[in-house]
Amino acid sequence: MFWFRIKRTVKLGAKSLWMHRLRSTLTALGVVFGVCSVISMLAIGEGASREAQDQIARLGSRNIILKSVKPVEERTATTEGDMVLSYGLTYGDTERIRETIPLVEQVIPKRLVTQDTWYRNRRLTVQVVGTVPWYQKVHPIRLLQGRFLSPLDMEYQQKVCVVDEQLIEQLFVVDDPMYKDIKIKDAYYCVVGVVTTAGPMASMDGSSASNPSSGAKAAGGVAGNVYIPLTAYKGSFGEMTVQYTGGTRQAEKVELEEVTVMVDSTASVLPARDVIESLLNRFHKKKDYQIVVPLELLRQAARTKRIFSVVLGSIAAISLLVGGIGIMNIMLASVSERTREIGIRRAVGARRYDIIIQFLSETVMLTLAGGVIGIALGSLIPYLVTRFFQMPTVITGTSLLLSFGISGAIGVAFGMYPACRAAYLDPIESLRHE
Amino acid sequence: MSIVTIEKLCKTYYLGSMDLPVLRELDIRIEAGEYIAIMGPSGSGKSTLLNLLGCLDRPTTGCYYLGDQDVAKLDDNQLSAIRGKRIGFIFQSYNLITQLNVIENIEIPMFYQGISEKNSSHRARELAAMVGLSDRLNHRPAELSGGQQQRVAIARALANDPLILLGDEPTGNLDSKSGLEILDILDKLHRQGMTLIIVTHDEFVSKRAQRIIHLLDGRIERIETNGN
Repeated sequence: MFWFRIKRTVKLGAKSLWMHRLRSTLTALGVVFGVCSVISMLAIGEGASREAQDQIARLGSRNIILKSVKPVEERTATTEGDMVLSYGLTYGDTERIRETIPLVEQVIPKRLVTQDTWYRNRRLTVQVVGTVPWYQKVHPIRLLQGRFLSPLDMEYQQKVCVVDEQLIEQLFVVDDPMYKDIKIKDAYYCVVGVVTTAGPMASMDGSSASNPSSGAKAAGGVAGNVYIPLTAYKGSFGEMTVQYTGGTRQAEKVELEEVTVMVDSTASVLPARDVIESLLNRFHKKKDYQIVVPLELLRQAARTKRIFSVVLGSIAAISLLVGGIGIMNIMLASVSERTREIGIRRAVGARRYDIIIQFLSETVMLTLAGGVIGIALGSLIPYLVTRFFQMPTVITGTSLLLSFGISGAIGVAFGMYPACRAAYLDPIESLRHE
Repeated sequence: MSIVTIEKLCKTYYLGSMDLPVLRELDIRIEAGEYIAIMGPSGSGKSTLLNLLGCLDRPTTGCYYLGDQDVAKLDDNQLSAIRGKRIGFIFQSYNLITQLNVIENIEIPMFYQGISEKNSSHRARELAAMVGLSDRLNHRPAELSGGQQQRVAIARALANDPLILLGDEPTGNLDSKSGLEILDILDKLHRQGMTLIIVTHDEFVSKRAQRIIHLLDGRIERIETNGN
């Protein structure tokens, strides 16, 4: 019976709101905009954050990526005739790391070079990655067809290769790439497998500036990766990468462009990283390497997201506060207008809490309606953004639920005072009003 | 047991530095089924007395027994319940809710007592028929004449079958014809056993009552008995 009374009071409130449609709509707008902007902004932020985190996660959260970089001091080199500059990671480093650090599970050496390959008469610029069969264990690449490199390939320096799925269309057009030969630097390699995604084709180091010395992003430079056995790579490209800088007769020699170290757990990542750093420091005279820890990047991305959320949350809170104050203002005016009505109701038996419920339910219905409209609009905008700006957006169920709940809370918080004002009016004074 | 017993009732308004006594030590007894009129010049306290009788206000000191219950000491919630269940009030300016129609206005007191929609609608129709407004059930107050509005107010006052019916100058805003209609309805209610207490300044109205209580400066000046 008590519930039935509430239901009728709510119906009464709805009727009252409906009778002043324009005023109700304008009042609710504050909540509409507040909720709409919260949801859209959160969706855009979540989309960007997930994309970033996906990319980082693909590098592997248990991995530490070591890259060879040309030492800074040497960049302004003196011209003293022929000079061969050796720098970067060595096989010795990989041995030392593997043997010295018990936390390490895998060490993957990689040779990298940007190179043209040919299939029949089609040419494509790719990144050739010379590596070992257990590359798969460390990098989350997925085999689509055939197989990856095998220890036998390594042993016999077989000229086989595994290609990235995304370069198939450009290189092979409609042909099935399996078991076809492609030409890399005067030698023919047979395609034994196709893999997808996930290989670090983009240089994702911590800063947003990309490292130019080890492969550009697909859009700008290479179409994808072609994996060949490290031993075969040595056969085609030599023990070391030698580059002659134009003009002078200086050469750069690099043994390994990249090494990926996988440790046994995410907890070991940072300690291992410290040990690796001291190890390398001891054996390298100059700072000719760079350590990238995807886990740190992930954590940083998470931190960035948290800051973003806090900023967003504050903006949303302010806009909802403003909306709530507007609502309170209107409800106070409404109470004032209906003073006589309140007096009449009290005179015929309404208790104070009956009046409170009546006015509070009006306010809450207003804010909830505003919230629902805001949610509808707020779901539309990210969709439009994704459609017209190609930015990923993710609308989470949590943000929708949260917005709805907060709309209701705003209604209660800002409706309570006007409702109480109404309830505590003196009936006799109210009846004399206006 | 009298239906209304007032003992040493006082009402004083405290306005800053000044005390304004409006009612001074009133003693009144009203039996069930009586028709009482309260008269007096302005400032005599008759409206204040009616408000106290109607539990819209609380006395400063003294007792007010409605039936066997001392309502002077009740809290706001309890007073609201009494107003809803035991008292019917009609006003000079009718005090109907303008956004609601006739039926809805009559239903209001029943709503606040938790009576079901079906039952209250049924009773509202009955009461509307009793005051002769069956053909105007969906009209709003703005579409009704003064006399019709007051009849709606009477129907509303009777909704929860009250112990007493109070009226504050019920014919004050009506022309003589409508006023007569209202007085006739009140007579009918009185014949059916309702206790009526009407405040008026109109002698013609007071002639319908059995007893007239004359107030002056917050005290009972005299009580007049009519030969009805």
